[in-house]
Amino acid sequence: MSVFGNPYGFRTLFFKECRRFTAVLGQTVGAPVITALLYLLVFAQAMSGRTPVYEGVSYSAFLVPGLIMMTVIQNAFANTSSSLIQSKVMGNLVFVRLAPIGAVEWFVAYVGAALVRCLLVAGAMLAVTAPFLQLPFARPLELFVIFALGATALAAGGVIVGLISQKFDHIAAFTNFFITPLSFLSGVFYSVSALPPFWATASHFNPFFYMIDGFRYGMFGQADAPILMSLAWCAAFAAVMSGIALKMLADGYSLRK
Amino acid sequence: MQPAIRIADVRKSFGALHALNGVSFDIQQGEFFGLLGPNGAGKSTLINIIAGLIQPSSGSISVMGHDVISHWRAARQSLGVVPQELVFDPFFNVRDMLRLQAGYFGCGKESWPWIDEMLDALELSSKRSTSMRALSGGMKRRVLIAQALVHKPKVVILDEPTAGVDVELRRTLWGFMRRLHAQGTTVVLTTHYLEEAQEMCSRIAILDQGEVKALEPTRTLLQRHPFRFLTLSFSGAPLPEGLRPFVHAEADGSIELKLDRRTQPVAAVLEQLRVEGCVVNDIHTREPDLEDIFVELTKK
Repeated sequence: MSVFGNPYGFRTLFFKECRRFTAVLGQTVGAPVITALLYLLVFAQAMSGRTPVYEGVSYSAFLVPGLIMMTVIQNAFANTSSSLIQSKVMGNLVFVRLAPIGAVEWFVAYVGAALVRCLLVAGAMLAVTAPFLQLPFARPLELFVIFALGATALAAGGVIVGLISQKFDHIAAFTNFFITPLSFLSGVFYSVSALPPFWATASHFNPFFYMIDGFRYGMFGQADAPILMSLAWCAAFAAVMSGIALKMLADGYSLRK
Repeated sequence: MQPAIRIADVRKSFGALHALNGVSFDIQQGEFFGLLGPNGAGKSTLINIIAGLIQPSSGSISVMGHDVISHWRAARQSLGVVPQELVFDPFFNVRDMLRLQAGYFGCGKESWPWIDEMLDALELSSKRSTSMRALSGGMKRRVLIAQALVHKPKVVILDEPTAGVDVELRRTLWGFMRRLHAQGTTVVLTTHYLEEAQEMCSRIAILDQGEVKALEPTRTLLQRHPFRFLTLSFSGAPLPEGLRPFVHAEADGSIELKLDRRTQPVAAVLEQLRVEGCVVNDIHTREPDLEDIFVELTKK
């Protein structure tokens, strides 16, 4: 049986998921952009006069790709996890579960919608900072691939957590104890090479570090880790998270008791 | 002709609880079928397995010849389920909800006239642009019914569709379901309103403790028990001791006796009363209804 046997059903679910977050655009795109810009404003002011991390790149410019990727990470996770938990709590997940929509269609629709939200968030941040900062987009292909892999990995993570969680508190716990700390400790505000050796080594086991570092490479053509390593980490992380999410959806984890 | 639904030795356990213990029966195409049982009998578990929402521990179910596990897409395409709970998506209005649901089943713009027709039939036309969260409970129930029918399924399962709804909605709903049934749709109904099942269903299964206790045409089921109820109001002497064991109900000075029509003709009972000095003032008989049969079959 085809894993993509209901393309119209997939398309409908994808557009429904997009409409879900566009219905509250201020909350889903506007708010994270404002938060990221506040970080930029505060840290750029506080750290002004600091020696540039990369030659020819101001600290403010250095911050922007990290903040974009951090926001992408958080929003990709939030989009899928909040959609699933809302549908579970409200009980309306049954509408999709009764339909002839398979695990792959379900997964791609949810992750695809999360990617669209992340594109909007990243685009809005770039548009707002463009008048003040010249960002070179040195390696656009790598930039986009890292963005797509990072967003996919976190959106898949959101599916996993959304399936596991039984109430909103569970999602909040995952966000507060895993997503936020790991994204803050991944070199958004600094270069990990400036950290003490132990923390610099520890950072290299944080997959979020490779997303942010790789995205920064795409922007400036230079980064802390080799781009191939960042690509490999992001691809592996996305593959593992997607594999787990797909397996859980196919098995009906916590849905088909 | 293949059955609309074939249920073959279905068992389902939740830990130590055996919700279904080898349930087997067919529902034929074009039937208006009643699935009855007390709370916890296993009705909802069975419906959820038919709909693919949960998996059986063993056994198999097919809908219009499609196995619900190995050919789940075709099985779900053939099936519409009205869930028991009043669930809705607060992000959308009524028309969008229905169009989305049609889309999940692969139906595009060609389904929109049918959606409009359902909105009219279920008296929802004036609410088509209203947000789901702004609807009353009865209106939400109507939308759920329309959602189950957007893809024109050959088989429809109504899981307690009239629980807690007003008379008007019941009339609208049954009128609409009769119309669909007349057009060839197979309808499976679960309800605690047994008079509805008696009126609507041509065949009934009674489920209790995960087992089928009865599976018969409604008329046969009603004739299954040889009882008749005789309600008397009388004065003079008290009720003869010989008739005491047959008292079924007592209220407002009248007594209802449950009599075996084969061994206790009404004339004999009246004669016994006369002999014992009772003066009968009023008399009324009634045949057992589905509720009497249901109680008889499911009493512990």
